[in-house]
Amino acid sequence: MAFRNYILVCGGTACESSKSDDIYNALIAECKAQGVADEVQIVKTGCFGFCEQGPIVKILPEDSFYVQVKPEDVPELIAEHIIKGREVERLLYVKEKKKHAKVEDIEFYQKQFRIVLRNCGFIDPENIEEYIARDGYIALEKVLFEMTPDDVINELRTAGLRGRGGAGFPTWMKWNFTRQASGDLKYIVVNADEGDPGAYMDRSVLEGDPHSVLEAMVIAGRTVGSNQGFIYIRAEYPLAIRRLEIAMKQAREMGLLGKNILGSGFDFDIEIRLGAGAFVCGEETALLASIEGRRGMPVPRPPFPAVKGLWGMPTVINNVETWANIPVIIAKGGTWFNKIGTQDSPGTKVFALTGKIRNSGLVEVPMGITLREIIYDIGGGIAHGKEFKAVQTGGPSGGVITIENLDTPIDFGSLTKLGSMMGSGGMIVMDEDDCIVDVTKFYLNFTVDESCGKCSPCRIGGRSLANLLEKITKGNGELADLDQMLEIGQAMKKASLCALGQTAPNPIISSLHYFRDEYLAHIVDKKCPAGKCKSLISYYILPDKCIGCTACARKCPTGAITGERREVHVIDQAACIKCGVCYETCKFGAIEVR
Amino acid sequence: MKEESAFPKELIAFIDEWKAKPGNLIMVLHRVQEEFGFISRESADRVALMLDIPLATIYGVISFYHFFKTVKPGDSNIQVCLGTACYLKGGDALIEELTNLLGVAEGEVTEDGKFSLEGVRCVGCCGLAPVLTVGGEVFGKVTKDELPGIIAKFS
Repeated sequence: MAFRNYILVCGGTACESSKSDDIYNALIAECKAQGVADEVQIVKTGCFGFCEQGPIVKILPEDSFYVQVKPEDVPELIAEHIIKGREVERLLYVKEKKKHAKVEDIEFYQKQFRIVLRNCGFIDPENIEEYIARDGYIALEKVLFEMTPDDVINELRTAGLRGRGGAGFPTWMKWNFTRQASGDLKYIVVNADEGDPGAYMDRSVLEGDPHSVLEAMVIAGRTVGSNQGFIYIRAEYPLAIRRLEIAMKQAREMGLLGKNILGSGFDFDIEIRLGAGAFVCGEETALLASIEGRRGMPVPRPPFPAVKGLWGMPTVINNVETWANIPVIIAKGGTWFNKIGTQDSPGTKVFALTGKIRNSGLVEVPMGITLREIIYDIGGGIAHGKEFKAVQTGGPSGGVITIENLDTPIDFGSLTKLGSMMGSGGMIVMDEDDCIVDVTKFYLNFTVDESCGKCSPCRIGGRSLANLLEKITKGNGELADLDQMLEIGQAMKKASLCALGQTAPNPIISSLHYFRDEYLAHIVDKKCPAGKCKSLISYYILPDKCIGCTACARKCPTGAITGERREVHVIDQAACIKCGVCYETCKFGAIEVR
Repeated sequence: MKEESAFPKELIAFIDEWKAKPGNLIMVLHRVQEEFGFISRESADRVALMLDIPLATIYGVISFYHFFKTVKPGDSNIQVCLGTACYLKGGDALIEELTNLLGVAEGEVTEDGKFSLEGVRCVGCCGLAPVLTVGGEVFGKVTKDELPGIIAKFS
């Protein structure tokens, strides 16, 4: 039966936490109440990516894009849009007084190119038929009946796909190693242990399009000769786990998973294994140890998992985003894929654009786009009219990129050259209020927490670096500390067992290179220019701006502010705990940070 | 209140089902924690016997992974996201304020057992930073002023 309208509601985690579930239920109830339930299909989809403006509701065929919808808005949406055919203007995405009704008109989507996120926000991830209707499982059919394993490897080689988990190793080579390895028992593993704080593309793919990953796993199984796959996923992602379980059940019922897939005689099945909150398990050998039920500690490579992996058997292990590319490459061909992006890194990359950016969200762009285009054209620039300071890529393993390098076309190679890295795709924008030393300290504390403790360069070196940064932000830094940090960093890079320790000093090396002045301000002048490090700042009331409204004095938790009504107030520096409440409270800009 | 060492039928069935599978320990510990909210010494003993795995190995795994808890959390567990995006937007200030409001430090439970407070890594809602969750319900773009209201909702 054809429907007159389709209403798509975002069911990603971010929108669900903003009550998109209530909106979904209200839409169903309201359509019934207003007598149009037979004419409208309501679909809960995966993430639209535009999380800043969520919850998002899209109505087809008009392609109207409604943002920040509340359950109370639902009756009006049905009565006006569905019944009377008039768009509800107040809910449309509005920017610079120009009303944007359609998706293709929104700057946030204009420069994006969606391969990995092709189905996110379009289909109901809990219904396999919707995936199939968008050419799902066509690639699998091709691999089972038309292509030899060699053909598949060659197609990936032509495509030039590189692993999206961070290191950028050519995917076809990994697969080929495992294919050529001897032994009947081989494994396929999905790394869905998305641990980089500030990145959530894997979660969105699994929540919005789980079948794309399942299909790719079966393709890999057929190619390398494996009958068993594992998906290692964070326990913190319950919605993604549930959708994967539903998808696996539906795929089994349709004969796309399990015994004798599509009558080809090929068997393949998948099991889910839960992570338990250890960042180091993103490292492949640690991840495999965790699937085996042990402490997630890495082991030296080689041997690489492709030859000797899970339970000592050859194992293909790729990250979620890499997997989601596979079915498209097989269906459309490696030559098609290779034309997208740059020669160094063909294809697209999904970035989680967050921090002090106006439109935060998930964006998929062709490799070779510049950071400026991502931050200003897609992201809408810095929020609240502040100055851009730096963008951090690669999470705790990466580095900062400053305004001078915003026009560099980005791919695996160019980001490494700038002293940062691609990483899993976290992209954190910082403005003038962010202290670079403080953020670096944040990353180091993270890697210290997450170090498994097996090798001493990472265990002891990381702690020493974090201690030195703590000393600097407390105002006790010395110039010699800077050289010492670099020296320790070099040792960690050379001697650590796995990538976690080898890359942990990157935030320090990179920030010292680009923001040495800011470190010097902390050490020599004992000042924090961004006003973030509490030991190095003081709050003062500007006499000419204070009107004596008493607002700050009433909020001050320690009673450090005194002054009569309508008279200039004063902060007692000895009693001040530098919580900044007065600064946030003052409406007249009378409080200054020095 | 459930007796800690008393494993319900479903849990025993789950462990039996996984017993023969290699690499079962983490999955079984997840199931135990789902049942009781944490993994007590008694539960760990029981798992050791049922799976025939040394208790030392079990504690090695429990202490390695942040997700596993050995102390019973409060009725409402408050998790404040300290991922990078939330940190930049003041996640640490939320923890500080909650510490003052609840009178417990990070990782502790209030005396009446109603709330526990913990800082967690990225909950994957960076667009809504700063984020906190209470008993699984997500609150986005949270300000310090909203915290007393959120606590009241779960008291």
